[in-house]
Amino acid sequence: MSHKTVVNIGPFHPLQEEPECYSLYVDGETVVDVDVRISYNHRGIEKLNESKTFDQVPFVVERVCGICSASHPLAYIQAVEEIAHVEVPERALYLRTIVNELERLHSHLLWVGLAGHFLGYNTVFMWAWKYREPVMDILEIATGSRVNYANCKIGGVRRDITEEQLKEIERVCDETVGPTEMLTNAILDDPILHARLKGVGVLSTKDAKEFGAVGPTARGSGVPIDVRRDDPYAAYDRIDWDVCSVPDGDVFSKAVVRLLEYFEAVKIIKQCVKDIPKGEIDAKVEDIPPGEGIGHVEAPRGETFHYVRSDGSNRPIRHKIRAPSYVNVPTFKASCIGQKIPDVAITLASVDPCYSCTERMCVALDADTHKPVYSFKDLVRLSQEKTQRMLKEW
Amino acid sequence: MAMGVLTFLLAAVGTLVLGLLLRWVDRKVTARVQWRVGPPWYQPFVDILKLTGKEKLMPASARGTGFLLAPVVGLAAVSVSTAILWHAVLWPQTAFMGDLIVLIYLLMLPALMTMLGAASSGNPHAAIGASREMKLLLSYELPMVLAILVAIVRTAGTNGTLTFRLGDLMAVQQATAPAVAGISGVLALLVAILCMQAKLGQVPFDMAEAECEIQAGVYVEYSGPSLAMILMTRAMLGALMPLLLVAVFWDGLYTGAWWGYLTFAGKYLLLVVLVTLIRNTNPRLRIDQVMRFFWYRLTPVAVAALILAIVGAAKGITWL
Repeated sequence: MSHKTVVNIGPFHPLQEEPECYSLYVDGETVVDVDVRISYNHRGIEKLNESKTFDQVPFVVERVCGICSASHPLAYIQAVEEIAHVEVPERALYLRTIVNELERLHSHLLWVGLAGHFLGYNTVFMWAWKYREPVMDILEIATGSRVNYANCKIGGVRRDITEEQLKEIERVCDETVGPTEMLTNAILDDPILHARLKGVGVLSTKDAKEFGAVGPTARGSGVPIDVRRDDPYAAYDRIDWDVCSVPDGDVFSKAVVRLLEYFEAVKIIKQCVKDIPKGEIDAKVEDIPPGEGIGHVEAPRGETFHYVRSDGSNRPIRHKIRAPSYVNVPTFKASCIGQKIPDVAITLASVDPCYSCTERMCVALDADTHKPVYSFKDLVRLSQEKTQRMLKEW
Repeated sequence: MAMGVLTFLLAAVGTLVLGLLLRWVDRKVTARVQWRVGPPWYQPFVDILKLTGKEKLMPASARGTGFLLAPVVGLAAVSVSTAILWHAVLWPQTAFMGDLIVLIYLLMLPALMTMLGAASSGNPHAAIGASREMKLLLSYELPMVLAILVAIVRTAGTNGTLTFRLGDLMAVQQATAPAVAGISGVLALLVAILCMQAKLGQVPFDMAEAECEIQAGVYVEYSGPSLAMILMTRAMLGALMPLLLVAVFWDGLYTGAWWGYLTFAGKYLLLVVLVTLIRNTNPRLRIDQVMRFFWYRLTPVAVAALILAIVGAAKGITWL
């Protein structure tokens, strides 16, 4: 590397709320090379899981990522179910589909908001997150939690969604479609957004294939891959839906893909609510035989892949996770070089990179007594009370 | 002499208070647009107060003189311009010859000082910010001056001589019609509003600080009292620029009747809120797009407005 100015995006930078470091080697404003460093906050989840029983692991893996907290457990559970050859009840498959698509709704709105924020368009940020809030609420009503749903278990799901709750889910989905359409049109018709996003950070179809990009990153580059269709799990093969793909590969296409997927996800949820069969929700798996299995799920950011090996005991002896950002982050080598700094900033954000860093702890201390204001128990109680209140109110 | 010092102090402190209150208006309107509650009215004051009590940090790689002096000079330049502008608006007869030229010059100083401070800080983010600030300045200065020339030509249309005295500019407008009342005047005001947006460093022209790209760019290394001074400078500039536009294009403050104050407040607040609304309905542009926009779009518009104004003045067509 010749003598160039280095502009560091990270480890602490407003562009990404998680610790990561992109060193941009710049010549004037043009980026000539990118160096990516991640793993500032390695938590050793795979190793940790080897000390957990099969039933405990889902609670750990849903904490891998605060946003894909339905996708990771489902991928793990599918891997274990493959080992044990479990026949999952039909109703459970539909319930899994509903929660996973709700997760996609909130994740895509979250990304749209953040993309606006990165462009200095904070109104889009606030509006998108406002419309995301009802989705979070129905997730809380349906599963008991806004973020870590603890919904899936090996052989089925942990709790049923009642008829009234299903109706509420359908109603909220219908209600969010209008505002999201408005937001979509406002974004897709804005000439200044066109100027900022079109032709920026282009990832060609060839590069997307060579780097093995997944999810909206690949679909925005004209590679129509989607685990939900290519290797169906849950109830996706029983439902009529389309894979959204746009050929251009620029940041604008990635935004378009996500916004289109929002409406597809609403379509999927509504069909699930309509078609969901009655019956058991749990196959009651007794023990896991020796063997190995894989499970993959189309998380909002792309395919998340889990590998589990069992030796017949009650714990996995190996658990391997590959999150979608792991393959999407290297595509910056193809899409960022030669761009200007402002374009690189939004290109970095356009793959919605996730560094799986939600493992944080914060203790609020009383200034006088230096005692914690809330203990962990208090927080759990507060959260449960709020859920109960919400359930009563609607 | 004592009178002069008093005027200066009153204008500077008054504009500072007004500017900080307008910062609150900006934040409150922004919050309402974004479905938030927004801060209480004293928040901008508390922000400044807090910063003055904070430690001042200077990076080891910084050139101390330029780094620390730049915010002071910027604040001083804006303070002097407040005195000139308010004096001209309130007592048009006593304004001095060419005060408009002095104002344009003084109002350019904060941007120059921002560049100086950023370039002395030794931070690569600030260096990029400084280069963007410089390009921004080169972009908006020319159309801004052309737009102001339109107003000067239009006010000269009635008495035949061009005036660079703000007092005369306003007196003529109040006696006949505002400079904005005509095609060229409207075009010039629109150009001037966009230039004001750029001068205030607001979205879509905030690329010099671009939070999510270069982490506040030009201001990244500033902290404590220095940052407070920069914020004060920007708040005062935010109060001054709409005032300048009202004075130059929209007949300023008519002190002859009570409704003069009301219409003045209306015009002034309109421009202030316009800045907020523009910044809330646009994403940030790239610096090359901004330069193209100002040079290839706004400058020709300003030139066209100037030609229209000259033709209108020569032929005596007031609506041109």
